[in-house]
Amino acid sequence: MTTPSIQVQQAPTVQYLLRLGDTALILGQRLGEWCGHAPVLEEDIALSNIALDLIGQSRALLSRVGQLEGLGHHEDQLAFLREERDYRNVTMAELPNGPGRPGDFAFTVLRNAMLATWFRLLWERLGDSSDSELAAIAGKAVKEARYHQQHSCDWVVRLGDGTEESARRMRAALDTLWRYSAELFESDDVDAAAAANGLGPRWDALREPWLAEMRELLAEAKLPMPADTAFRSTGKRGVHTEHMGYILADMQYLQRAYPGGVW
Amino acid sequence: MNAAMRVSVQAPRLDGGVDEQRVVRAWDVLQGVLDPEVPALSVCDLGIVREVLADGDGIEVVLTPTYSGCPATEVIEQSVIDAVNAAGLGPARVTLQRAPAWTTDWISDDGRRKLREYGIAPPSCVSDGVKPSEGNAAVAQERQIRLVPRQAIECPRCNSKNTERLSTFGSTACKSLYRCIACREPFEYFKPL
Repeated sequence: MTTPSIQVQQAPTVQYLLRLGDTALILGQRLGEWCGHAPVLEEDIALSNIALDLIGQSRALLSRVGQLEGLGHHEDQLAFLREERDYRNVTMAELPNGPGRPGDFAFTVLRNAMLATWFRLLWERLGDSSDSELAAIAGKAVKEARYHQQHSCDWVVRLGDGTEESARRMRAALDTLWRYSAELFESDDVDAAAAANGLGPRWDALREPWLAEMRELLAEAKLPMPADTAFRSTGKRGVHTEHMGYILADMQYLQRAYPGGVW
Repeated sequence: MNAAMRVSVQAPRLDGGVDEQRVVRAWDVLQGVLDPEVPALSVCDLGIVREVLADGDGIEVVLTPTYSGCPATEVIEQSVIDAVNAAGLGPARVTLQRAPAWTTDWISDDGRRKLREYGIAPPSCVSDGVKPSEGNAAVAQERQIRLVPRQAIECPRCNSKNTERLSTFGSTACKSLYRCIACREPFEYFKPL
């Protein structure tokens, strides 16, 4: 027996929040894969704690999506019962944790630094959202994102300006990840509508402040600032990489096999 | 809801009304509901009880969650409901209020003393005399990379300020792991948020 999938509204407000909620959810799921596998115990705990914050933020956002949609979908249904094309996370979040198993720590902390910086800039602006519930979620999440950013940026500097091997891995991670950052700052109808009604900022407005922080970080880490490329990932429009199906299989198995299962 | 009697957090009015007496008793009961992850503190010490209201339908307790992903949130909600019901003040219900966001500045002085006695260094003040709502702006100015704690964290055992951070994240999301160089004991530090 399986549970039928749900479909979500295409309204821009709903989509804008789904992009945020799904990015937090999928990154949280990826970081959770480190639980029990991180290089040292302290970082195992750190990555799991960050994952927990992200999933908590996602729960709040998806619950708000359900309320705005008005179709009675609750957070669990939204997290577990959508089809791949209905997930709106940015592609960077769904990439595996770097080469090898369980992944590459340099890749993981660099992605965390890039996305935590982006999230912090977003949350700061969403504190003034016309949606008071979103503003409240942002007021809490911005404090958490600040810790995530500090933690991951600290590691980027330590590894980038570390040994020959750590610097090599950091440069490799930067080469892979940078091209996926373009999607974080590309505006379309969804964020244009959100900006027009005061829900949240256009994403292209975040580009300059984000680049400024990255420039400072990479300089401190003695890493080269990569050049822009023409590549554009499309996760936020529901077109994902080949990795997405595997994450969803992991995440959704229980709810699909045991409909409505609870702890 | 309109009939609900609002009694402020700081100063419950005691004019002898039946509902007000129930609210005062509910506050007393909540003093005994402990945070499952830091059982030295009650939910009141932690500053997450924003309001207690009484109406014809029972007692409503307004809570503010600490961290978005705090796994203790549901347990705390249930403990609050159970405790108020067990005291015969119910039926109790809990509503969550996200704004304004919880800050460690809301941990009471009594709570800070209890934390220290329990072996956890209490959080330094986020707002440094600024109102909690304005505290965020001050922290936002802080440099994001190469974080150095702004002040030395005092060892809760020997009070030495000669301490060092071992790990940003500790046994729970709300604590960091430190070590006292003077007395050689490890300890946890409640992160300012």
